[in-house]
Amino acid sequence: MIELRDVTLARGEKTILEHISASLPDAGVVALLGPSGSGKTTLTLLFAGLLAPAAGTFRGMEGKRVAVVFQEDRLLPWLSAKENVALADGERSVADCLSLVELDGEAEKYPRRLSGGMQRRVAIARALRLGGDALVLDEPFKGLDAELRERVAKRLAAAFPLIFIATHDESEAALLGDYTKISLG
Amino acid sequence: MTRRALKATGITLCYLAVWHIAAAAVGKAFILPSPLDTAKALLALASTGEFYASIGMTLLRVVGGFAAGVAAGALLGVLTAFSGLADEFLAPLRSIVKATPVTSFIILVLLYLTSSLTPAFIAFLVVTPIVWANVRAGVRSADPLLVEMTKAYRVPKLRRLAKLYLPSAFPDFAAACTTGLGFAWKSGVAAEVIANSGLSIGQRLNESKIYFETPELFAWTAAVILLSILLERLMLKLLGKLTHEREGN
Repeated sequence: MIELRDVTLARGEKTILEHISASLPDAGVVALLGPSGSGKTTLTLLFAGLLAPAAGTFRGMEGKRVAVVFQEDRLLPWLSAKENVALADGERSVADCLSLVELDGEAEKYPRRLSGGMQRRVAIARALRLGGDALVLDEPFKGLDAELRERVAKRLAAAFPLIFIATHDESEAALLGDYTKISLG
Repeated sequence: MTRRALKATGITLCYLAVWHIAAAAVGKAFILPSPLDTAKALLALASTGEFYASIGMTLLRVVGGFAAGVAAGALLGVLTAFSGLADEFLAPLRSIVKATPVTSFIILVLLYLTSSLTPAFIAFLVVTPIVWANVRAGVRSADPLLVEMTKAYRVPKLRRLAKLYLPSAFPDFAAACTTGLGFAWKSGVAAEVIANSGLSIGQRLNESKIYFETPELFAWTAAVILLSILLERLMLKLLGKLTHEREGN
């Protein structure tokens, strides 16, 4: 089980979330739902291990290898698509990861030569390359058409035993399978 | 000829005309030689082997000192960007080097190095703090979102340096190289003049002054300016090529 007991999250001096308590399964899909500014992204950083609680207790993610697809693509503009994916060290080959997001022919291209949706898929491919015990997704399917969303979501669900997804659109979480919901805001 | 080139030629001709009129008004080539006197002196110098040997040796000293300064500045920049202790420890050194007049350094360095090595060392001293400050600032200004991403993906530190920090600092590094090369060239030649380094542009400038060979003095100065422009163009071309590669064009 993953447990949050009275967790407060702050970024710098600013408190973003207060008194969050939840018991979550350590497998399956956890959907963090809420409107913009409700603190979803901040909560994803907690699950990704990039933010420690300012107060309260957070347990269950210790020692887990977590891949992250941030709200922004965060690609290095001076590296090609395949080099960006290769930045993550993992067992799955770079070519396989690009293939899973249907970018086989775009490996050599630099981010600025790719469309917004393609850049998003490179960020997803990077997470697939890292692999691991859990995946944190923050609005992951921006710029992807409905059919592609479905195919990529299925592949992600098959690749990671535990997925956290922050979204304002509940149907995106449903693409990954049955989910446990945390509503914010 | 393009409109821009026509404009540049027109401006140059205007300056040459002013110079020519001033020289004609003075009427003595050893006080103010005309553009024609200078061109004749430059052509005469260019027909001697010593001219090219002097230029070659000066280039060797300046470019050598510049390259060493770029390497040292880049290393110090990276070190002080990441280590607060190193930054505090080395900050006084950076301030002293930046604040000390080049002429003081030349005279001081002459106490310890040969007249031939002094210009190279001066070029090194001038370039190092420029590259150091820019690389330090460039590394520190790396996008924090990208830094967070590399941490999330557990990218090893050396790889993070190569793939994130150094490319982030590249525009600052390139600007420092362009500025630094100009300073290295001017201070290197100045050091050659003061040190009277053998087989150098500086020595030739010095001799022209001592023997009142003013047209030659002007000709050597013209050669220094032309070489400076040439070096800057070469540097811009090299950096342009590197930028092109960095941006994946």
